[in-house]
Amino acid sequence: MSNDVAVLGVGMHPWGKWGKPFTEYGVVAARAALADAGVAWTDVDLVVGGETVRNGYGGYVAGATFAQALGWNGARVATSYAACATGAQALDTARARILAGLSEVALVVGADTTPKGFLAPNAGERWDDPDWLRFRLLGMTNPAYFALYARRRMDLYGATQEDFARVKVKNARHGLANPNARYRKEVSAEDVLASAVVADPLHLLDICATSDGAAAVIIASPDYATRHGLDSPVRINAISTVTPTFPNTVLDMPNLSTDAHGGVEPERTFKESIAHAAYEEAGIGPDDVSLAEVYDLSTALELDWIEDLALCKRGEAEALLRAGDTTLGGRIPVNPSGGLACFGEAVPAQALAQVCEVTWQLRGQAEGRQVEGARVGITANQGLFGHGSSVILSR
Amino acid sequence: MSARPAIDGWFTTGEAPALLGSRCTTCATTYFPPTPTDRAGFCRNPACGGEEFATVELSRRGQVWSYTDAQYQPPPPYVSRTDPYEPFALAAVELDEGITVLGQVADGYGVGDLKVGAEVELVVETLNRADDGDDLLIWRWKPVTELGEEADQ
Ligand SMILES: [Zn+2]
Repeated sequence: MSNDVAVLGVGMHPWGKWGKPFTEYGVVAARAALADAGVAWTDVDLVVGGETVRNGYGGYVAGATFAQALGWNGARVATSYAACATGAQALDTARARILAGLSEVALVVGADTTPKGFLAPNAGERWDDPDWLRFRLLGMTNPAYFALYARRRMDLYGATQEDFARVKVKNARHGLANPNARYRKEVSAEDVLASAVVADPLHLLDICATSDGAAAVIIASPDYATRHGLDSPVRINAISTVTPTFPNTVLDMPNLSTDAHGGVEPERTFKESIAHAAYEEAGIGPDDVSLAEVYDLSTALELDWIEDLALCKRGEAEALLRAGDTTLGGRIPVNPSGGLACFGEAVPAQALAQVCEVTWQLRGQAEGRQVEGARVGITANQGLFGHGSSVILSR
Repeated sequence: MSARPAIDGWFTTGEAPALLGSRCTTCATTYFPPTPTDRAGFCRNPACGGEEFATVELSRRGQVWSYTDAQYQPPPPYVSRTDPYEPFALAAVELDEGITVLGQVADGYGVGDLKVGAEVELVVETLNRADDGDDLLIWRWKPVTELGEEADQ
């Protein structure tokens, strides 16, 4: 039996920095998705919200907050939090109820409004919280973790700061015509290399910003989609939200250390296992993929993801990049939306934004950034505390 | 005025300082940071139900897994030791126990002194000064200069 669900509609509120209530962004995205689906709000019987942790009680119960803002319609609600994978986990929750026959049409929404500058831990002394201790004892910021991964690529695979800049140039160009992107401006390699070094070897323009934004997805069973008049809707074939397996031997944010590997490296790293589980579930391999939307918290991290998704062998992502394979028009375009480089990160919305982009690509509606003949798309991200996700969609 | 570790029970001070790990007495897996001694600790090996741990000193040397620096002052609760802020380097170091441990890099060394795979050793230096005037100590990674290399620098 297929575990596919149909994507009836997608919608977003553009990414930016306005500091308005997250609910406003969420409702705009939800209404856009409902309009795209041609589904009435009163027909939705499940709302799953992506929790935002910086917006008080309303953020903790985001599912109910969005349902109330849209007008109570009696739908069941749920709220998910899984750091950067929040949107995918919310989508997975909705999918489970639909596949179980417990819900018919689900609205999944993530929205955030974010503070300026570094993402710092919550106030107060917490000597048993690694997310607090990494700042207190080491001054270890998020960009410093990204920089560790970037430096490893340089020392092990011969990556250069010019390669990292090349990723930014590519993604900036991809996002130029994307109406939902926050940054729509060409960036040159010189611009990247001339920007301040934040954490060696990464420059300011190698690192993604934090943004406001919202994304929403409407899903239903394939039967419902047929009754709704959709002949060949985009389908979600897999949603991987696996956690790490012991021992987790790659240093992950916000940890100060890894597990002991006991002399034997595990078969797959955590990030590799996220993608592997998605491919297994979908019965689709990396060779079938037309495009990928990956979490480029830093430019260098996009290169890691290309390998984690098995789109090339370990250490070969720079060669792909330099050959133009990951650029629109290339063999396997990566981040045709412009990625986090053009959006900035709106945590609970970001994994859903990836699903929105892949949906538009598979429908041939990604104006100005269309991957020609796109059939299969994959998303990937990883967040704090063992969270990560990968979603595979096809048409 | 004296000095004390910035956090209790994570490392020793003195002539040959070392990180303190916890070794599960059931499956022998070693953990850092150590499991707390003032409340229950649980082995995180999914195949082990161990709750008893022995405190062990970890290797004082290891190989650099990767490295970077903090060119901008990190946000609180980080406390800068100097005003104005002076950038410092950070390294993740793989120990013989198979654990990779983050740390700041010793005073006087930067990213130019490091390489993935290079040998470093643990030292203890001052992180910042507490309100009571005590120096708060922290473990740091110091590049090991092999004999003969020193003359070239
Ligand atoms: Zn054990």
